[in-house]
Amino acid sequence: MSSVHDIVIRIGGESGEGVISTGELLTLAAARAGFWVYTFRTYPAEIKGGHAVFQLRVSDKPLYSHGDSLDALLAFNQEGYDQHHQDLRADGTVVFDTEQVDESTVKESRQFGLPLSRIAKEEIKMPLAKNMVALGALARLFSIPEEYTNKLCKEKFARKGDVVIQKNLEALAAGKSYIEKNFSDLEHFHIQVQPSELRLVLSGNEAIGLGALVAGCTHYFGYPITPASDIMEFLAIELPKVGGIMMQVEDEIAALGMALGASYTGKKVMTATAGPGLSLMTELLGLAGMAEVPVVVADVQRGGPSTGLPTKTEQSDLNLAVFGAHGESPRIVVAPMNVEDCFYTTVTAFNLAERYQVPVLLLSDQSLANRNECIPKPDLKKVQVWERLVHRDGEGNNNYLRYQYTPSGVSPMALPGTSGGAYVATGLEHSEAGRPRYDPATHARMTEKRFRKLASAAADFPRVETLGDADAELGIVSWGSTLGAVREATERARAQGVKILSFYPRVLYPLPDGYLADQLKRVKRLIVPEVNSQGQFANLIEQRYRGELIRYNIYGGLPFRAGEILKKIEEVA
Amino acid sequence: MSESTAVLAKAEFKSEVKPTWCPGCGDFGVLRAVYEAFEQLGYQTKDIVLVSGIGCSSRIPYFVSSYGFHGVHGRVLPLATGIKVANPDLHVVGLGGDGDAFSIGVGHLPHAMRRNPDITYIVMDNNIYGLTKGQTSPTSHFQFKTKTTPFGNLEDPINPMAMAIVCGATFVAKGFSGKAKDLTDLFLKAIQHKGFSFVDVISPCPTFNRVDTFKYFAEHVAPVPDAHDASDKMKALGLAYKTDTHYLGVYYQAERAPLNQRLAQARQHVETDRQTVLEELLVRFG
Repeated sequence: MSSVHDIVIRIGGESGEGVISTGELLTLAAARAGFWVYTFRTYPAEIKGGHAVFQLRVSDKPLYSHGDSLDALLAFNQEGYDQHHQDLRADGTVVFDTEQVDESTVKESRQFGLPLSRIAKEEIKMPLAKNMVALGALARLFSIPEEYTNKLCKEKFARKGDVVIQKNLEALAAGKSYIEKNFSDLEHFHIQVQPSELRLVLSGNEAIGLGALVAGCTHYFGYPITPASDIMEFLAIELPKVGGIMMQVEDEIAALGMALGASYTGKKVMTATAGPGLSLMTELLGLAGMAEVPVVVADVQRGGPSTGLPTKTEQSDLNLAVFGAHGESPRIVVAPMNVEDCFYTTVTAFNLAERYQVPVLLLSDQSLANRNECIPKPDLKKVQVWERLVHRDGEGNNNYLRYQYTPSGVSPMALPGTSGGAYVATGLEHSEAGRPRYDPATHARMTEKRFRKLASAAADFPRVETLGDADAELGIVSWGSTLGAVREATERARAQGVKILSFYPRVLYPLPDGYLADQLKRVKRLIVPEVNSQGQFANLIEQRYRGELIRYNIYGGLPFRAGEILKKIEEVA
Repeated sequence: MSESTAVLAKAEFKSEVKPTWCPGCGDFGVLRAVYEAFEQLGYQTKDIVLVSGIGCSSRIPYFVSSYGFHGVHGRVLPLATGIKVANPDLHVVGLGGDGDAFSIGVGHLPHAMRRNPDITYIVMDNNIYGLTKGQTSPTSHFQFKTKTTPFGNLEDPINPMAMAIVCGATFVAKGFSGKAKDLTDLFLKAIQHKGFSFVDVISPCPTFNRVDTFKYFAEHVAPVPDAHDASDKMKALGLAYKTDTHYLGVYYQAERAPLNQRLAQARQHVETDRQTVLEELLVRFG
């Protein structure tokens, strides 16, 4: 029996022919109708051609992962059916274009074949409206009231004029009426929900952009790269509105260089990239650590190494984020766990960067970046925003020391334009005054000062969230976007009577003693699921954990499904 | 050239740090012209930022009592551009050597030039790598012998002046550290120019380059002819391609809105307050 509380729908077809747009519109319509939504998409690296997939999960309860088996599949073409129908549950529903999919190959008993292409071409006289016909049919099958799809349609095509809007509305209606005329059993999926104004629907990349704006970011410099470019495209529109600047520059080195220049003048700055760009930035990350210039660098991880799998997901840049620079250069590495957390952890990243004058790396990934989720609307009044410690005009006695030794390690920063504050920010080892100094005592003291900031920052780290049984001997620790599948698997395992404690640190580096230590002490066996082959986070915590470490790595370019984690828990429990 | 090693700095701009350069280094003349230019411009040290890369010449920010950013090799222009766009009130001057500007950092040069931020870039060009003790540079001559070209340089040098003119710099000039007063005048013009100003300064290295010496240049430089029309790009290129004589002065100058002005224009119709922007976004994502 299909659960009416929770439906997983996948759409498959040729890239560029409406897979993604149908999915996105269905997501928005479902969300506005009051469903909780969670999407997952993969697309080929090429602009047109290749197979595209969009997956949407809708429910009357908050969702943590993209789901396991499918309740429904929309196949725009034969490949869309052939590749995905085996993921359908036994009583799954297939919706397909009878013009593109050979009906005799469709084995499922709940099947809804529609001549999508023909309806669009002959009835609507607009072949491109095929996806809207499909959307009308799907909305009917999933009991999404047509007022929501119609309204979205009007918004989407507002700029194209009334004729286009009318055509697309007709396409929606045609899909709906074809289903109603030709099929029965239309109330199979019926979720009762109430529209809510207390939620937002947005992607991980949009949530990072929104977080940056809330944190007070004014300057962004970047270089286009999949899957991070949406962040700069979003900020290109929004930053000028707040008096700020988004600039696309010649490469990632220039992006971080300009960001450091702008930060040096006192602005809150950010850049975002993916693995190849982060590789290029490592020298300047070291400079930011040495010269003590705050900056937030978001890395939307994709499959590596080298060019790797530009449109697939992986958690494989942790080593680079933590260790990527020569010498010993302080930085903080944080990882958001879901779309909501992309918003809050971006604010945290800015706060930590500013307060401790260090580069902060924010590790998102493709699966998180490109999916849409319903999140509770943030109460902006409750979001804390921190500012950097600044040396002001006339402070002190004309003996300003930019890199003064302090108990916290943080020294007030003079911004150019401040009298009595002139200093040289430098990548050379330096005295408290910022003058080149290479003697052993200075290098030792300055190294300690820079790392003392990280110890001080630990007091400000967001707490480690836990879920499950405090007295469990089996633990599971995850980082970044793996959270959702782990959380859902934990709940399902506990429902089966397995005692388990799961926990999720947001700050991955530094992991000072005391941080995470409570949880690590409690459990005797610890599963560490990661979407990488080498167990990069497991390697980081291995030195601090005395029990049995159970590494669980997948590295196919796709995120974990809750079912996979559950199976692992059952295997070792 | 004893004149160039004696730094007769105005007290206000001279820092307490003593230059680390070899006696007779061309960079002393550049430093003196920098002091003089700031003195004559009447700027306050708090409003000046000197940005440099890596190399002997890139030590210069420590010798000036203004703000400075001594970054990494080749990244003068990204840092300087970031500083200027974030705070247009600052006077931003980038400085470095030929290795910094034309080798490791050359990728940034055309982009800074076409972007036209209101900053000045002074390159101290000695046709050799000095800090690393004598290897070939992108401006080293064909057949020039260095530690890494023991059989003579097999490559032709880059032409910085032609490159700057072609890439869209709005002020392109050449100076010689052996002519400190003329150099001061050039720096004055460059810093006052609204847009990206590029000054390639012949700044001989007496330690590792025995070919491109003060003596050689003293005999082979000449002022840009009075008749030269600096608004004519093709004529400017003509000067840049002269090989027998090194012309000193402004080759090319054009008026074009600097980057900050264009950025300000682009946002003037959309700018509002952050609260309004955030509220609109919450509605849009709702």
